[in-house]
Amino acid sequence: MLLRTPLREEDLLKLEVGEAVYISGEIITARDAAHVRILEFFERGEKLPFELNRSVVYHCGPIIKKNHEFKVISAGPTTSARMNPMTPKILEKVDCLAIVGKGGMSDEVIEALKGKGVYLAYPGGAGALAAKAIKRVKAVYWEDLGMPEAVWVFEVENFGPCIVGIDAKGNSIYKKVEKAVEENFRKIISQL
Amino acid sequence: MVSREDVVEAVKKILLEAETKLSDDVVEAIKRAYDEEEGYAKEILKAILENVEYSSKNKIPMCQDTGIPVFFVELGRELCLDFNLYDAIREGVVKATKEIPLRPNAVHPITRKNSGDNTGMHMPLISVDIVEGDRMKIAVMPKGAGSENVSALKMLLPSQVNEIKKFVVEVVKNAGGKPCPPIFIGVGIGSTFDGAAKLAKKALLRNVNEMNEFELEILNAVNELGIGAGGLGGKYTALAVLVEMGHCHTASLPVAVNVQCWANRRAWIELR
Repeated sequence: MLLRTPLREEDLLKLEVGEAVYISGEIITARDAAHVRILEFFERGEKLPFELNRSVVYHCGPIIKKNHEFKVISAGPTTSARMNPMTPKILEKVDCLAIVGKGGMSDEVIEALKGKGVYLAYPGGAGALAAKAIKRVKAVYWEDLGMPEAVWVFEVENFGPCIVGIDAKGNSIYKKVEKAVEENFRKIISQL
Repeated sequence: MVSREDVVEAVKKILLEAETKLSDDVVEAIKRAYDEEEGYAKEILKAILENVEYSSKNKIPMCQDTGIPVFFVELGRELCLDFNLYDAIREGVVKATKEIPLRPNAVHPITRKNSGDNTGMHMPLISVDIVEGDRMKIAVMPKGAGSENVSALKMLLPSQVNEIKKFVVEVVKNAGGKPCPPIFIGVGIGSTFDGAAKLAKKALLRNVNEMNEFELEILNAVNELGIGAGGLGGKYTALAVLVEMGHCHTASLPVAVNVQCWANRRAWIELR
């Protein structure tokens, strides 16, 4: 399945956990510091310099080489759980959103994604492969946060595989795995 | 005679190698898991292997988190150095950061201000052991935060020797999908609070396919958790468990678990 940006709500709502999707169009990087700043903008009622509605937010702190133009060297996902506290507040303010990251997100995020968006897992650490699918840097905002924390807008083509980890109906692969892992853990511990 | 320039160049060389190329033992371990996995896990492992091949062919960092530079130096006592070894390694890091390029990851712990070149207070981290002979061996292990953040240390009671395995399994369970599994696990048992952590990290320098019975037993237990590649479930949560031990105080039993992602990046060089 290929997702194009700006995203269409009906496409997102159809996706189910376990499906592999590829993305073409625009993805916007944001990690800890950018999330904090986005919320500060919301609080002050200011307009963001980039468009979050119908967009793809990528939890990523890339390596960018800056000569005459920006070149993306490596750009894999960062641990999404760090963005757990901020994400539901952001989801309140957007139409629909796809989040790309690794490692899964909290129950609060699963709840906030209902009817609104999905969480997609990109293979952790596959930064070179991700960079290969990034055709160019379209824009950069908040460079004062430093290279990894700045907001980079990438144009991507067939960015993936992204596996639907959390769908818009409240299903989460991580939750299922977590439950199984807890049970396995109790069994293993009793045998050691 | 080892010159300052030799060390600077060597540091650049091994950093480039570690960031762009996994050693054969690590690739072998990932391939074995790929062959045996199915479903999402296989898909993730396939992407990982493609990524490894692409990055080594094009000499670009396999992961955007190029980590913070950790060095282990074995210094032959017969070597005479007429320069500051720490400064030379630091300069190699600064140059490598610019030339490879590496992501500047080193920040002040409180202000969070980025130094811009991966150096700073006690950074790079350099540990020197004086050994016999006239050679110097420099090993680098750039360590990313995803896996480092889920590492843990516990001061067990001397009567809790049987709890060691449980502690390792618990650390891995709590880590879940965060450290980019399938992971490699370095375990330091004994020594002191700080010594155990160092042993755990140093263990990760070993060949990942050579494990003893004790290590295999922990590995099997960890893999029964079923976290799998990317945390999406699967047979391989970890690919190796590597344990180093040190004598400790009769009243203590420190155990450190250093988690390493599938990108068990490390490289060595010998100078003389």
